[in-house]
Amino acid sequence: MTRLTVLILGALATVIFALIVLVILPQSMLGKLQAPPELKPYTLEEARGREVYIANGCIYCHSQQVRDPNITTDIAKGLGNRASVPEDYVHDKPHLLGTMRTGPDLFNVGSRLPAKEWHLAHLYQPRALVSWSIMPAFPFLFQHKAVAESGDTVVNLPPAYAPAHGVIVTTPDADALVAYLLALKHDYAVPVAGDKAETEKDALPISGSQEGKP
Amino acid sequence: MKNEAGQAARQPVAAEANPIYEDARRDTVQEHDHNRITLAQTQAWDASSRTPVLFGFVIALLWLMVGTWLGDISSFKFDWPDLLVSEAYLTFGRLRPAHLNVMVYGWASNAMFAVALWIMPRLCHTRLHWQRVALAGIAIWNMGVFMGVLLLLLGTSDGLEWLEFDRYSADPMMVAGALLVGMSVWKTLLARKVHHLYVSVWYVAASFPWFVIIFTAGNLPLYQGVESAAVNWFYAHNALGLWLTTINLGLIYYLMPKILGRPVYSYWLSLIGFWGLALFYALNGMHHLIGGPMPSWMIATSITASILMVIPVVAVGINQHMTVVGRFGAMRYSPALTLLVLAAMAYTAVSLQGIMTALVNINRVTHFTHWTIAHSHLGLYMFVTFSLFGGIYYILPKILQREWPSAALIRAHILLIVAGMVLYVVALGIGGVLQGLSLLDASQSFQASVEAAKPWLLTRSVAAVIITLGHIVFFMHVMWLLLMKTEPGARPASPFHAIIPVLVEDRTGAHEGKPS
Repeated sequence: MTRLTVLILGALATVIFALIVLVILPQSMLGKLQAPPELKPYTLEEARGREVYIANGCIYCHSQQVRDPNITTDIAKGLGNRASVPEDYVHDKPHLLGTMRTGPDLFNVGSRLPAKEWHLAHLYQPRALVSWSIMPAFPFLFQHKAVAESGDTVVNLPPAYAPAHGVIVTTPDADALVAYLLALKHDYAVPVAGDKAETEKDALPISGSQEGKP
Repeated sequence: MKNEAGQAARQPVAAEANPIYEDARRDTVQEHDHNRITLAQTQAWDASSRTPVLFGFVIALLWLMVGTWLGDISSFKFDWPDLLVSEAYLTFGRLRPAHLNVMVYGWASNAMFAVALWIMPRLCHTRLHWQRVALAGIAIWNMGVFMGVLLLLLGTSDGLEWLEFDRYSADPMMVAGALLVGMSVWKTLLARKVHHLYVSVWYVAASFPWFVIIFTAGNLPLYQGVESAAVNWFYAHNALGLWLTTINLGLIYYLMPKILGRPVYSYWLSLIGFWGLALFYALNGMHHLIGGPMPSWMIATSITASILMVIPVVAVGINQHMTVVGRFGAMRYSPALTLLVLAAMAYTAVSLQGIMTALVNINRVTHFTHWTIAHSHLGLYMFVTFSLFGGIYYILPKILQREWPSAALIRAHILLIVAGMVLYVVALGIGGVLQGLSLLDASQSFQASVEAAKPWLLTRSVAAVIITLGHIVFFMHVMWLLLMKTEPGARPASPFHAIIPVLVEDRTGAHEGKPS
C-alpha cells in the first residue's frame, strides 16, 4: 500500500461496519422489548444491593444467565426452569451476565436460596456454611459490636465462626446486597423468544409458553 | 559516506572476527547500503523519539510490577480464600479487575505507545513529529489509568468487564491521551519521506483511530439489558483484536525481518492478513455470549466471523513463520528475536485456540471456566507481553546508545517467564476443561466442579510466582541499564556487539580466543 487515504478509509469502514452490525442494529431492534409483567423494576434497596454487587466484583465468579438447553445442561442442573431471554434483562444497566462460573449461577438464586439469614451468614464467612467453598469472605460488609442495638440485624453464625465476644451485625450494604440476591427470581413464563415472537401473528399469549408448566 | 558510517560502527565486530561466527553474522547483520539509509540517520530518528519512548517504557514497567502484584494476590485468593479479606479494597472482586486493567491499559498500552512512537520515524524516514504532544498524551493517559484503578479499588466501577474504569473521570482522560499520541503518530506519517507504506505502518497507524472509536463506543452510557452485554463484548474483544494485537503484529513485522536480515516472506500475505483481520476480528465479540440470552443472529454472526479469522491468522502465521524458517539458530544471538518468534507462535496458537473455542461444541465445555483465563493469558502474555519484552530488548539499547549490561539476567528473565507461562497456560487449561466437563455433567454437584479446578488453581499460583521472579529480574535489569554510566562514544565491553550467543553459554571457548 502506498496511499494513506486507502488505509484510513478502509480501517474506518471495517470498524464502523462492525459497529453497525453488533451495536447500532441490535440497539434499534432490542429497544422495543417489553418487560414481562412479573418482572418488577428494582426497589431502591435492591438497586443499592446491585451497586454493592458491582462494586465488589461478584460478576467475576458468578454468571446470571440460564443457557439454551439444546447445547447445555443448565436447566437439568437446576439453574432455572427455562433459558433466559432478552426480556429478563430490560431493567439491567449495566448487564451482569458474567463470563465465569467459579461460583454458581445466580439468575434464580432468590428462588433456590430464599432465606435471608443464610445469605448474611454466607457473605460473612462462606466456609461457615459451605466447607469446600472458595468464595472470599466479606467481613467488611458487617460490623462487630459488643451488644446489638435496636434496629440491628444480628447474623447467626455457627459457634466455630462466631466472634468470642459480642455480635456480628449487618451494615446497610449487606442488607441491600441480600435484598438484591433474593430478588433474583426469573421463574415466570415469558413469550417464546426468538423466531416466533418476531412476527406479530405468531406471538402467543403467555400461557402458550411450553416451559414452566407441568 | 554512508558506507563509512556503517563500517565504522561495526569496526569492533571485525576486530573480534572468528570463523565460527561467520554464519551467524551473515544471518543477523544486514548491510545498511541495501536500504540506502545510514546508521547516523537511524540514530537521528531514534533520538527524535527518545524522550516519549523512554517515558512510555518506564511507566509501563512500573505498571507491570503493580499489575503483577495484583495478579499474584488475586491468584492466591483462590487457594486461600480468607487471605486479605478484612478491607474492601483488597477483596478479590476489586483486585482482579484492577489486575486486568493495569496490565492492559497500564503495562501493555504504555509500552505500545512507546513502540508506536519509535517505529513511525524509523518507517517514515523522518523525525518524530509533535513529540511534546505525544509526551502530554502519555501523561494524560496515565492520569486516567491511575484515577481508574484508584476508583475501582475504592468501589466505583462501570461494572462491565474490560470497561470497569469510571466513564466520567478516567475514560475521558484515556481517550484524550490516546488521541494525542495518535496525532503525533499520524503527523509523522503525513510527513513521511518514503513512498511505500511498510506493513507495520498499516497496523500501528490504524490502531489509534480503531482504539478511540471502540473505547468511546464501549463507554457511552446508552445501553441497557442485553444490548449492554453486546457492547461490552464488542469492545472487549476488539480491545484485543484492534489494539493489543495490531500494534504488536506491527512490531513483530518490523523487528523480525530486521534482526534476521531477510525480507518478510510475502507482501500479498501481509495484505490479506491486515484487511482480513480488520474485517473479521471486529465482528467476533458475541462469541463470549454463546448460549446466552442474545438474538441468535448476533451470536451466529460472531461465530461465522470467528471461523473466518482462520484466513488472516493463517496468512500472518505463514508470513511470519516462513520469515524465520531456516534461521531459528539466530535466536541464540538475540533475546529480542527469541521473544518475538515465541510471540508470533503464541499469536498463531491463541488465535486458532480462540477460533476453536468459538465453536458451540467446544464452547459448551469451556465457557464459564478457567480455560478462558488460560486462553487470555496465552494471548495477552505469551503473545502481547513477550512481543513487548522483545521490543524493549531491541529498542532500549538503540535509544540509550548502550548495551544491556548482563547476558545472565536476560537468560534468567526469559527462562523464568517462558517456564512460568507454559506452566500457567497448561495447568489452567487442564483445570478449566475438567471444571467445564463437571459443570456440564448433570449428575455432578457444583462442588465437584470447584474441587476439580482446585489443584490446577494452586499450580497456577506457583506459575504466577515464577513469572513474578522473572519480572523482578527484568525490572532490575532495565533499571541497571537506565542508571549505568558509560563514557560518551565508548562501546561497552558487552557480548552483544561481538555476535556471540546470548541465550546459551559459549561452550566453544572461541570468543575468549582459546582454540576449540
